[in-house]
Amino acid sequence: MDFLTLLQVLDSSVRLAIPLLLACLAGLYSERAGIFDIGLEGKMLAAAFAAGAFAAVSGSVWVGLLAGIGASMILSAIHGIASITFRGNQLISGVAINMLAAGMTVLIAQDWFGQGGRTPSLLTEGRMSPITLPFAEMFQSIPLFGPTYKELISGHSLIVYVAFAFVPLTWWVLYRTRFGLRLRAVGENPASVDTAGVSVIRLRYTAVMICGVLCGVAGAYLATGLQAGFIKDMTAGRGFIALAALIFAKWRPWYALWACLLFGLLQALAVRFQSIEIGGVVIPVQLMEALPFILTVVILAGFVGRAIPPRAGGEPYVKER
Amino acid sequence: MAAPATPAPLALELRGISKAFGPVQANKDISISVRPGTIHGIIGENGAGKSTLMSILYGFYKADSGEIYIRGQKTSIPDSQAAIAAGIGMVFQHFKLVENFTVLENIILGAEDGALLRPSLAKARKELKQLATEYELNVDPDAMIEDLSVGHQQRVEILKALYRQAEILILDEPTGVLTPSEADQLFRILDRLRTEGKTIILITHKLREIMEYTDTVSVMRRGQMTATVKTAETTPEGLAELMVGRKVLLRVDKKPAQPGAEILKIQNLRVIDESGVERVKGIDLTVRAGEIVGIAGVAGNGQSELLEVLGGFQDATGSVQVNGQELPLTGAGSDGQARRAAGIAHVPEDRQKEGLIMEFAAWENSVFGYHHEPEYQNGILMDNKGILTKAADQMERFDVRPPHPHLAAKNFSGGNQQKIVVAREIERNPDVLLIGQPTRGVDIGAIEFIHQQIMNLRDQGKAILLVSVELEEVLSLADRVAVMFDGQIMGERQASETDEKELGLMMAGVSGAQKEAI
Repeated sequence: MDFLTLLQVLDSSVRLAIPLLLACLAGLYSERAGIFDIGLEGKMLAAAFAAGAFAAVSGSVWVGLLAGIGASMILSAIHGIASITFRGNQLISGVAINMLAAGMTVLIAQDWFGQGGRTPSLLTEGRMSPITLPFAEMFQSIPLFGPTYKELISGHSLIVYVAFAFVPLTWWVLYRTRFGLRLRAVGENPASVDTAGVSVIRLRYTAVMICGVLCGVAGAYLATGLQAGFIKDMTAGRGFIALAALIFAKWRPWYALWACLLFGLLQALAVRFQSIEIGGVVIPVQLMEALPFILTVVILAGFVGRAIPPRAGGEPYVKER
Repeated sequence: MAAPATPAPLALELRGISKAFGPVQANKDISISVRPGTIHGIIGENGAGKSTLMSILYGFYKADSGEIYIRGQKTSIPDSQAAIAAGIGMVFQHFKLVENFTVLENIILGAEDGALLRPSLAKARKELKQLATEYELNVDPDAMIEDLSVGHQQRVEILKALYRQAEILILDEPTGVLTPSEADQLFRILDRLRTEGKTIILITHKLREIMEYTDTVSVMRRGQMTATVKTAETTPEGLAELMVGRKVLLRVDKKPAQPGAEILKIQNLRVIDESGVERVKGIDLTVRAGEIVGIAGVAGNGQSELLEVLGGFQDATGSVQVNGQELPLTGAGSDGQARRAAGIAHVPEDRQKEGLIMEFAAWENSVFGYHHEPEYQNGILMDNKGILTKAADQMERFDVRPPHPHLAAKNFSGGNQQKIVVAREIERNPDVLLIGQPTRGVDIGAIEFIHQQIMNLRDQGKAILLVSVELEEVLSLADRVAVMFDGQIMGERQASETDEKELGLMMAGVSGAQKEAI
């Protein structure tokens, strides 16, 4: 593998990691507050559809982005009402959201656009345009650094940089602010927050809505950044991989970044090398494509160290007598 | 000394507080006055309404009627925030701490000074130092809560309240989880707080604490305040009678034991839990026929694991013999059913998780663990009618109230749930009875009954292994006491030849030999 191929693989790893990273951070906020969210997938899908549809109709990627965030937040609100207000089972609510999104997106898309459940292909202005960082051309002649800067660091859309910025931001919010302290506390022992005179319900809703915003951005990026429009089931399990990454990352922002980059790399390898020959044995493409999911299973089975989830996760808060 | 009119306003006054949950009247027209700078005890059985009353005071529930006055001011407390603002601090029985936060983080949680943590933490650190010297409340501000002893965790709860400028401190059953020496320390701190003018409300079911440490005491029974008296003018017997509504025998009627043959013999027993920590570190213990051996110790020193091994739901190494028969400690034949077949009956420590299925009816619960036995079968079906009849009879004899076998276990009070479990295990006529925390969360009336049942079983010549964190209970029931600390037995004493002081030292890890050196 020459240097340029390596750069290209890494470059596509980054792009493929972005929706995972955004969804993973979305899940982090929600789960750190004690609300398990397996509906990341559904929220991303709904956001991807809304972003694709509104970007196509309006011709503006920003309208699309807002529509995606809106759609995702509506589903988040449903999850919040079911699991916080009505103290329902968070897993069931999440499953319901995934099914709702899978069905409704295709149904509405078909009714609206009549293109077999997809949204019209987006033209340039409906898509997120890459940003060329300053000096990209100037540095090009510098060996190693020049191409790395141009291919890998520069030339991504705004969302990519925003997503990366969200990693330190999330760390800062969690560990350096009052909101973060309360958020972490409410996921560990909501009674401690409640007896301190802080509303558990308000905190948890805030977390769930932040989760909605980030999932919305992730979905919008899928439809208007990675691809040019919404197609049926385009999230393709990314919400679940993001969940696996979250567990792998032990619910921490920096680890989440590395976990998502790893999954992005696996996906990029599968895209780039349809078949790999190692010592005369040809590894079929199907195996390459299955790699992220195999890793997911390995992680969830607990082979990669013990991950302790937030202690109050999944349990609705009921004041005890 | 007949109640002089105090010039200072009352620290706290409740007038006619009532609260109903559906048809259950948890608090009925409760009035209470607490003078500042005193320790006021509230005593009553489980379900008497103490916790409800305190929850109203802390803004968890809204009273249906009645008024709250704080320092003479009528105050409404719609939520905990209002309670804190009114200067009320609460130390719950189950601590409300975030286990993987530091002490400092727990202290500022909800009382931060701004959106950023750094200044709040710095301020709290300074204030903590001051509180530590002022009240002798020393805790490492950077320690993780989960690394602290229970006693220190409780201090953090007290510090939390003081950091929020609490003037009235409510403690709900504060000594339930403490060693005797930790409890002594707590009361020293409370005494100090009282001298500094703080008002303390102590909720407990332990008569001894009320008698020793409070200035005044209010007794609650079935949602009502039956009396408020000066502690100096009352007796434990008088209080017990006010609590239960009838005369209660506070001491167990114990004849000298007649120990017979060795029934249960434990040698070099070791338990390693799932996370690889050695919980029981080589225990030797025997229990003879007609003898109660009590295991004293602070919760979490390996007693639970010992019971679990003997009860058949924890693997171990070493040797356990019953009537000379070696019991397998791992794999096949080491489960609960095999243990019951070997003549071991088990009243587990946590009756709600291990002793009963809370959603199931009392009659179903009355045969769990023995339901496969031929006498409960009717062909391939269960003999439900027969079981029901037996359960009804059992409940009658064990004084389970209400005696309704169709009622779900969760609808009985703690004491009556325990009677259902005790009845089930004792009725099987076992050779060995394991009994963990026999009277945890059980009211005084039921304690008397359960203790009597255990004593009767002993006098029938059974071997009984009792585990309890209530030192008083161990001392009054057991013939021989073994103290566990850090997975080991620190020593054995004849119950008649030791006292709480000596056992308390052993519970804190000071062995008999070391004690003599002191």
